[in-house]
Amino acid sequence: MDSGALSFRVMDENDTFQVQCAGEWTVRHVESVDSALKEIKSRRVAGREAVLNLAEVVRLDTAGAWMIQRTAAQLEAQGFKVRIDGLTLAQQALLDAIEHSFATVEMHPDEGPWYIALLERMGATVRQIGNNIYDQLAFFGLVIATLGRAIRNPSRLRLVPLVHHMEKAGLDALPIVALMTFLIGAVIAQQGAVQLQKLGAEVYTVNLVAIVFLREVGLLLTAIIVAGRSGSAFTAEIGSMKMREEVDAMRTLGLDPIEMLVVPRVLALVITLPLLTFIGDVVGLVGGGVAVWAMLDTTPDAYLVQLREASGFWTFGVGLLKAPFMALVIAMIGCRAGLNVTGSAESVGRQTTSSVVQSIFMVIVLDAAFAIFFTGVGI
Amino acid sequence: MGGQDDFIIQVRGLNNSFGGHVVHENLSLDVKRGEIIGIVGGSGTGKSVLLRSIVGLQQPQSGDLTVFGQRLKDLSELERQAVEQRWGILFQDGALFSALSVAENVQVAFREHLSMKPSLMDELTGLKIRMVGLDEGACSKYPSELSGGMRKRAGLARALALDPEIVFLDEPTAGLDPIGAHGFDMLIKDLQRALGLTVFMVTHDLDTLSTVCDRIAVLADNRVVLVGTMDDMLQSNHPWVREYFHGPRARAARSIR
Repeated sequence: MDSGALSFRVMDENDTFQVQCAGEWTVRHVESVDSALKEIKSRRVAGREAVLNLAEVVRLDTAGAWMIQRTAAQLEAQGFKVRIDGLTLAQQALLDAIEHSFATVEMHPDEGPWYIALLERMGATVRQIGNNIYDQLAFFGLVIATLGRAIRNPSRLRLVPLVHHMEKAGLDALPIVALMTFLIGAVIAQQGAVQLQKLGAEVYTVNLVAIVFLREVGLLLTAIIVAGRSGSAFTAEIGSMKMREEVDAMRTLGLDPIEMLVVPRVLALVITLPLLTFIGDVVGLVGGGVAVWAMLDTTPDAYLVQLREASGFWTFGVGLLKAPFMALVIAMIGCRAGLNVTGSAESVGRQTTSSVVQSIFMVIVLDAAFAIFFTGVGI
Repeated sequence: MGGQDDFIIQVRGLNNSFGGHVVHENLSLDVKRGEIIGIVGGSGTGKSVLLRSIVGLQQPQSGDLTVFGQRLKDLSELERQAVEQRWGILFQDGALFSALSVAENVQVAFREHLSMKPSLMDELTGLKIRMVGLDEGACSKYPSELSGGMRKRAGLARALALDPEIVFLDEPTAGLDPIGAHGFDMLIKDLQRALGLTVFMVTHDLDTLSTVCDRIAVLADNRVVLVGTMDDMLQSNHPWVREYFHGPRARAARSIR
């Protein structure tokens, strides 16, 4: 005997219409008779009796019971008087538990035509960007005001968290910043040398490395690493505190979360990012020197001499001057995203992603703005 | 039937410890087919760990777990999957998949383990959702839009999707208001009766224990110190059991009855 089989027979005789059910009426098997059951019909109805006989049913679960009840209701709708026979007590209890309501259920939310959804999303995004810029500016103002207050009254500056964040965002980032800048410095020198050799101008490789690295790449690279590393950490730290209502607890105890959480982080980054950039610049130039030495046989002595000729104070100054502004932007975006967290853990994840994306984007926008500015003032 | 067959879950000599902290030591427990058993114990006595050990979310250090007469250790991956489809679990806060609507949550098991037409799947989903006392408007909602009680009901609907024989409940009434908790108690009892379920629940709720549970197992001193009905609990001389079932809250719960 096939235990998995499930079947029903329809006997349409004289004055009764019988449906004999047999086998396992369970969720695993009902699929096979679903459509056949829906099509049960009899030509002659007129007040006749229909009997659903379950005597041969081996097992019945909610899905099977649903089928039985659905069929019963269907036959009733056709005008039969329906009776269900051959039930055990347990099966009867189960059937009673399944009320036969046929309200059609809206399982899948209706989203409307695709072009409306597309326009809706575009509109929502534009609005959101607008709100975001407005909020970010408001937050910027708030932090600057708090920072001003703290500077006027230095006892309000929290030194311990400041040093803690300087260590985490600055010192701990040193190895990765040094490694990345060394490698990129070497790559720029190597690629530059290959191209410039074709023109016989390989001596200018050093100028290329010096200017590209000191003005742009050293800072950009460091800022992007810090945005990915510390900006996201700020969001996650403050966000999880917000989620656990620690930030609210602070407010009720009369502590200002901006002063306690945001100011130390912003200051820490404003102090450490220029330092990291400086180290990144130096290591990048070393990387370039190593590549030049390997490819063009320029000795370190000659490299240093040429470096001094290629770059003035402002080549270096331009890069370093931008660093505190980048730090400000990264820290502000990171902290605000953290404070924007609402309730759930997904929200922390979402805000962290958006904080990293926004801060890297803003770093590059700011860099472009500075490039225009410095060209304008002629340095 | 008789003897061993009456026990749907048998735990023998279970040992669990975390970094030197012993949670279970030679713990044994039998659960009868068709009963509602409540597991009680102080915080940190390993009620949830016991539940997680039985359903395989936690690898016990040693011990035998027998469910449906099959020793879980001896099963192959495939056989284990078959066993897993015969039980359902309701986690504390429902543990609904947040990216899916309530209906899709219930349908996960249908989609994964059965091949079923969408129309039939929707019918059965609607049925499960009505059975746990949610109205059909909840089908298209997402977990974040539901209240705690509704999330638990939806979680129960998901646990019941494949018509399991055993349902594990982890603190089903925690975080519900008294009315919601009572409603959930009654729901569990009704479903158990209608579907012939075996219910294994970890709970702290004295009202649940006295109104719903057929038997109560007390976890203390790293093992099950007492299994029995509410009356057995009240007559016990074990200090923790006395304090738990005769404390002010217990008296208040009884006097309401």
